[in-house]
Amino acid sequence: MDPMEAIKQTYYQECDELLLAMEEGLIAMENGEADSETINAVFRAVHSIKGGGGAFGFDILVEFAHIFETVLDLIRSNQLTPTNEVVKVLLRAGDKLSDHVTVARDGTGEVQDSEVKEELARLAGEDGEGGGSDPAPADFEGLTFTPMMIDLGDEAPAAPVIEDAGPAWHVRFAPHAGLYAKANEPYLLIRELAALGPVEVTPDLSNLPELVALEPEQAYFAWDIVLRDCADKASVEEVFEFVSGDCDLEISEWVPPAAPVAAEVIADGAPEVVVEEIATTSEPQAVEPTVANDRKPAAANLAGPAAAAETVKQTIRVDLDKVDRLVNLVGELVITQAMLSQRILETTGAQTTIGAGLGELEHLLRELQEAVMAIRTQPVKSVFQRMPRLVRETAAQTGKEARLEIEGEATEVDKTVIERLGEPLTHMIRNAIDHGLETPEERVAAGKPAEGTVKLSAEHRGGRIVIEVADDGRGINRAKVRQKAIERGLIAPNANLSDEEVDNLIFLPGFSTAAQVSNISGRGVGLDVVRRNIIDLGGRINISSVYGKGSKFSLTLPLTLAVLDGMIVAVGNQTFVLPLSHIIESLLPKRSDVKQFGSNGMLLNVRGVYVPLVSVGRLLGVQGASYDVTNSVVILVESEGIGRMALAVDAIVGQRQVVIKSFEANIGHIQGIAAATILGDGRVALILDIDGLVAGCRESAARSIEYQQAAGA
Amino acid sequence: MSTTDKDNTGQDRRQYITFLATGQEFAADIMAIREIRGWTDTTALPHVPDYVRGVINLRGMVLPVIDLKARLGLGLTEATVKHVIIVVNSGERTIGLLVDAVSDILTVSQNEIQSVPDVMRETQNDYVEGIAVLDGRMVTLLGMTKLTSSFGGIENLIEHAA
Repeated sequence: MDPMEAIKQTYYQECDELLLAMEEGLIAMENGEADSETINAVFRAVHSIKGGGGAFGFDILVEFAHIFETVLDLIRSNQLTPTNEVVKVLLRAGDKLSDHVTVARDGTGEVQDSEVKEELARLAGEDGEGGGSDPAPADFEGLTFTPMMIDLGDEAPAAPVIEDAGPAWHVRFAPHAGLYAKANEPYLLIRELAALGPVEVTPDLSNLPELVALEPEQAYFAWDIVLRDCADKASVEEVFEFVSGDCDLEISEWVPPAAPVAAEVIADGAPEVVVEEIATTSEPQAVEPTVANDRKPAAANLAGPAAAAETVKQTIRVDLDKVDRLVNLVGELVITQAMLSQRILETTGAQTTIGAGLGELEHLLRELQEAVMAIRTQPVKSVFQRMPRLVRETAAQTGKEARLEIEGEATEVDKTVIERLGEPLTHMIRNAIDHGLETPEERVAAGKPAEGTVKLSAEHRGGRIVIEVADDGRGINRAKVRQKAIERGLIAPNANLSDEEVDNLIFLPGFSTAAQVSNISGRGVGLDVVRRNIIDLGGRINISSVYGKGSKFSLTLPLTLAVLDGMIVAVGNQTFVLPLSHIIESLLPKRSDVKQFGSNGMLLNVRGVYVPLVSVGRLLGVQGASYDVTNSVVILVESEGIGRMALAVDAIVGQRQVVIKSFEANIGHIQGIAAATILGDGRVALILDIDGLVAGCRESAARSIEYQQAAGA
Repeated sequence: MSTTDKDNTGQDRRQYITFLATGQEFAADIMAIREIRGWTDTTALPHVPDYVRGVINLRGMVLPVIDLKARLGLGLTEATVKHVIIVVNSGERTIGLLVDAVSDILTVSQNEIQSVPDVMRETQNDYVEGIAVLDGRMVTLLGMTKLTSSFGGIENLIEHAA
């Protein structure tokens, strides 16, 4: 990748983090926590995004961010009160900024931001112009650096005295090291001052140590600046607004001294002198941004504020492949250890010191495995954080009022799970607002607050993560759902369904309770797709609802996709793994429950319902499998494609978490087999793919019919 | 490190590992061979031709094993602990090749390789790169790319078998 592109990518990644931080802050503000820390965090985020954007020439983004920043700055300086109305505008502006970043990244599309921009401008306008004081990194462009020898001797050159009688200010500006660390640049500030009126700048080098004692990260300079012809003290202060915490600043009225000691005049528009001076007095912090090409300031600017931003835990970015390799290796280590222990214990018995050592090793390995797996996990926050925006947008589109409550966002899940969680969650939340919540009028009429609440929560429960989306809306109208299902031929008119079964009807393909298809729910994605996504993730989805009070969707998901909860079953001389998420129950059938169906089909009577019964051994052609299903254990499974099916196996060995090993790269797809795993004894066991098995069944049934027809003809 | 180097006659020389199956001697480019290990019981795969013996655990990787003898249409190898699996890398795929034994390492010049006789092409051309005649021995050189693409493309074979 070309280095510029790499830096851009870093910028986008930073943006993602900054946008999250911004959103978090804005939501805190929405909840009334408008303390200075929060506002500053939001401000810093917007500022950093703007800074980086400027460096890459994303002018539209910068322009928008600038207005946004101006408003935030007014709030920060207590010139604007963050009322509900204001925060609402800020939230919308945050959304737009996020859009701007997306557009900048994808290089396509455009953002319709004029409305929000106007609102921001209105907010900014109420208290005068707030902008103009910003050291946009774009300004670095075009600066050249020419070293120049200057005399650093004891006697500073006498400055020409400026004859001027207008109001003047004396600014004593002494940056701290932190100012440079945040990639601010004194030169730009002084230039900003120079824009206000003629300035005289005197560098104070008195703190400059001997070269050998010089700490490159420290700040040694101070400047005395005399600014003439500038009546407005506020605009002088404004120049230093960004760095107020990172420097000593004194602004006082300037009285012409009898004999000015050392002063250099910098005329407006001739700032090079300052640059050169900084450069030649070897102050690396200050020099770097000015001497670098246009790339460097961007990097500095990005790293600076982000690094200094918060006392967040330190993180590193690691290529996922590397982590995967580590996870794999540790998995192997655990299996090898198990094999070794077994062999050693078989030969020596447990009473030896070797046995104790092995126990210790096993303990350590488990810990290592957990630690390594934990590397791949991250808080669900990253996906939850996108939801407040979704709620705002959906509520606005549907004319409803909705508030999102989030709980347990620190719950950690494997990255792959998080990545695939976004889509189903988005859909469920949209659904909760569009279908679940009533209109404000209806709510008030029903004695509820006009604003509906959607609650999103996550928690660990028994080795899995449970995510719930609950709303306090109208709940499921079971009579209506039933009616629809009958109309669409999904259930028989006289079907006797439990409440739970009725609720679950809404997951069926082609089902919609909305009287009319709105632009939100009518996107061709139904709850059936949500369920499909969840099942693909090895999870389950449940719904519980109280009519008039609201509905709750619960997702139960594995913590990682690398591991699967499986039922280990024996078939002939082989061991297979059935994904637990598909299993409903296991049973020992009576001979009388098994009915012959057609030429070689069988049905099993499960409490009055006949389900197809298939021998796994026969289906997969396993050697030594018992084909007598009445001697078998039957496992009732549910598949998306065909519904329930009974699988006959020889025995159930146990339930275990297994590490999924894909073999498609080496072998290709095999029908009925999802992947493989390695058992404790080092042998490979195949993980059955229930949907594939069912499909295989159908094909073989079709083939046998063809065969019979051909034989009969 | 390249196994291709020039001898003093300017010919390309490559190193091959030779192995025995069905009493014949085969050879594969040494650079395609990742390792050689003893036979372990495989886990059978459903819906595959019989020469796909199943999969084994190769330090965490699920490795398919193909019976060379069966692939050549000469019946299944009755595998014992003395049999060997040659782990072959080719492109994206890694597969195991079940053979009777590994015998030798050969360095063969291009001019020692004869092309496959025309009459044999129908059956052998898919994976035979050529025939090397060395000290009166005849060694069939297996082209690993061709070999693994025809073996490795199991999904195609499954379709044929179905």
